[in-house]
Amino acid sequence: MIAELGLAALWLSTALAVLQMVSGALGLKDGGNSQFAIYARPAAVVQAFLAVLAFFLLLYAFAVTDLSIKLVATNSHSAKPLIYKLTGTWGNHEGSMLLWVGVLALSGGLLAGLERRLPEKTMSATLAVQGFVALGFYAFLLLSSNPFERLPVPAIEGGGLNPLLQDIGLAIHPPTLYIGYVGLSVAFSLAMGALMTRQVNPNFAKILRPWVLGAWVFLTFGITAGSYWAYYELGWGGWWFWDPVENASLMPWLAATALLHSVSVLAARDALRTWTIMLGVLAFSMSMLGTFLVRSGVLTSVHAFAVDPERGSFILALLCLYIGGSLVIFALRAGSISEGKRFSVTSREGALVFNNVMLSAILAIVLLGTLYPLLTEAFDVRVSVGPPYFNPAGAIFAIPMLMVMAIGPLLRWKEDKPARIQFELALVASVVIAVIALVAILGDYGILPVLGLALSIGLAIAAFLPLRGRRLRLVPVATWGMVCAHFGVAVALFGMASESAFTEEKLAAVAPGDVEEVSGWTIELESVDPVAGPNWTAIEASVLASRDDEAPTRLAPQSRNFWSPPQPTSESALITRWDGQLYVVIGDQAGVDAAGNNRWQLRVWWKPFVTFIWYGGLLVAFGGILSIAGRVQVDLKRRRASAMGQERRDDLDALGDADAADGPVSEPAE
Amino acid sequence: MMRFALAILALIAGPLGVGQALAQQAMPPAPYAYVQLENPVLEAEASALMETLRCLKCQSQSINDSDAPMAGDMRHQVRSRILAGESPDQIRSWLVQRYGDYVSYEPEVSATTWPLFAIPLLLLAIVGLVLLRRLGKRRSDGIDVGGEAV
Repeated sequence: MIAELGLAALWLSTALAVLQMVSGALGLKDGGNSQFAIYARPAAVVQAFLAVLAFFLLLYAFAVTDLSIKLVATNSHSAKPLIYKLTGTWGNHEGSMLLWVGVLALSGGLLAGLERRLPEKTMSATLAVQGFVALGFYAFLLLSSNPFERLPVPAIEGGGLNPLLQDIGLAIHPPTLYIGYVGLSVAFSLAMGALMTRQVNPNFAKILRPWVLGAWVFLTFGITAGSYWAYYELGWGGWWFWDPVENASLMPWLAATALLHSVSVLAARDALRTWTIMLGVLAFSMSMLGTFLVRSGVLTSVHAFAVDPERGSFILALLCLYIGGSLVIFALRAGSISEGKRFSVTSREGALVFNNVMLSAILAIVLLGTLYPLLTEAFDVRVSVGPPYFNPAGAIFAIPMLMVMAIGPLLRWKEDKPARIQFELALVASVVIAVIALVAILGDYGILPVLGLALSIGLAIAAFLPLRGRRLRLVPVATWGMVCAHFGVAVALFGMASESAFTEEKLAAVAPGDVEEVSGWTIELESVDPVAGPNWTAIEASVLASRDDEAPTRLAPQSRNFWSPPQPTSESALITRWDGQLYVVIGDQAGVDAAGNNRWQLRVWWKPFVTFIWYGGLLVAFGGILSIAGRVQVDLKRRRASAMGQERRDDLDALGDADAADGPVSEPAE
Repeated sequence: MMRFALAILALIAGPLGVGQALAQQAMPPAPYAYVQLENPVLEAEASALMETLRCLKCQSQSINDSDAPMAGDMRHQVRSRILAGESPDQIRSWLVQRYGDYVSYEPEVSATTWPLFAIPLLLLAIVGLVLLRRLGKRRSDGIDVGGEAV
């Protein structure tokens, strides 16, 4: 029954998406006077409820391991711990698409339910676009990836979930990332709605901003969480692989970052109108492209995609329809939107434009590096594009961007003289040069890590300079958000540069009792014992690690073997200190030593300040939250003030009416 | 999204994993697969090279980041050849000869990869042009506006 209810809810949502689209379009056509226009909002809200209900029904099916549902039988197992049964809901194609669609409907519903400031006509257009986008993805889900499909005969036992996914990371990373991904659909719809009704102005930007910020906060958090998950789960200490799937999440983030800065310029200065719309389209296009890359199977092999192209071609068609359609509307309408207010090159807008262009260029590099191997593979030429390409090619644009980012917030809007901030410029420049010199003297490191270290320290100082000379209690919350986010970028950059410059590695085959040393740490393998979990067996090493004269800390890295599906994984063990992390992994048996004791592969890394990468990511996300809070606070205050003003005016009108009633008497008296 | 990479990786590695576990019991991994070279200079050289070689059985991982037995064998090859005095470039070209360009992450300009280098250069030109148009023109406009104001 559960599965049928879920399916019915999805079909109803689809019908409501059609209603929302038609009603919105009619509202757009008749200027909000159409009788049908009133249905768009309720359709979006009810649709959100139904789509989310469908998702929770699938969640329930996974929780009770309903093996009559094909998806559950293929991807779950009754012996799994409950938390992984639940998270396994989105650990597969159909379930994750249902989550995608659920979030899409939910953001549309929130937009329809909460947003009252937009002109009705723009709102109708926005909801029509949102409904149109949702319709395509409902169709994809129902026609080619039905999550509620029943088996003719229920399975006896499920196939189980990929062991690498049986981790708390699966509970956090995909949902947050999807909220960010799909939250950008609202930015897309709003941008299209404003473009169609020619309402690209600061008021529109103020409405768009919280949606962009919200999606961006979730994206930032999701990417950060995913990076840390890969770091501890894969067992080799890598935290970013420039894998196409990672790039698929990075590209919307880059576009959203550019978008949110551009929206701020539009809100504050009424400039960069077309830019903002363009970036709004680009951000969600990148989300959809990411979905295509990940969901079509094109990444495993272009040829695999060509053999079973149903799902892939479906998303590809949606991709062409939405991106192509929005670009056509953009091309038709962009001419009618004026550029907006002008500004000089040395102004805050100038710096923001520069960095928007740099972010877009980095996005282009990532896009090229991700798609090029797929393109050549279609012609039977296999090319590898990896870190040695992405790092330097990205750095060409990232380094100027980071430099401008340090000074941009110090500049005034519209026009400024560089001489006014010469003290700050000199301070940041001298810090950067000093750090480069210092690191160059200390050792022989790669040019990118050295530049990264220097820029991160310069940027960390520069992040706080906008607060100089201001009464801290009066600084708006949104400004604190910017300071926090920019400081977070500096912190993350410091972590990345430090990790790649200073990591120390020790690989060894050791017998119990043997002692190894790495970067001032003494590591002793105490013993190796078999252990068993609910759906795995493992060998667990007991490792004693100590630094200087401190008492040793016991670590228990495991090498696990899951039996359904059968697959080995490494469970790393970590010691986190303020200045870095010790990363210990136990591998397979490696023969015997001279005394006849079994030896084991032990891998140990000391990664100085590696944790700063994720602390930085969290700071960036927290900055975004502060910014939203600040904007909402100001907005509520303004609304209350205008409500009070309205009340007073109403009172006056009432008085005036009263006056008018006995007007003939009072008027001459005045 | 990373988990999908992992899932795909598992699909590829899954069936192999079983065979690998059996094979490993019969045959210990090559000596230098999980052991570093004694000489830190040579090890650093090997490590830098291994970071730019692709693990052919994994999804987007270098051989320095992988548990796959093939990556282990390749690490052993790299370390023992470095120890034998070969240069990293020699080893890379030997591996490329054996496995094709696909094995190397280090980009090299060739008939099949030139767009990877041409497009960023083009991009650089476009970025310069866009900035010049958007900011360069503005400056003169700004002066004009200033002039009007005076």
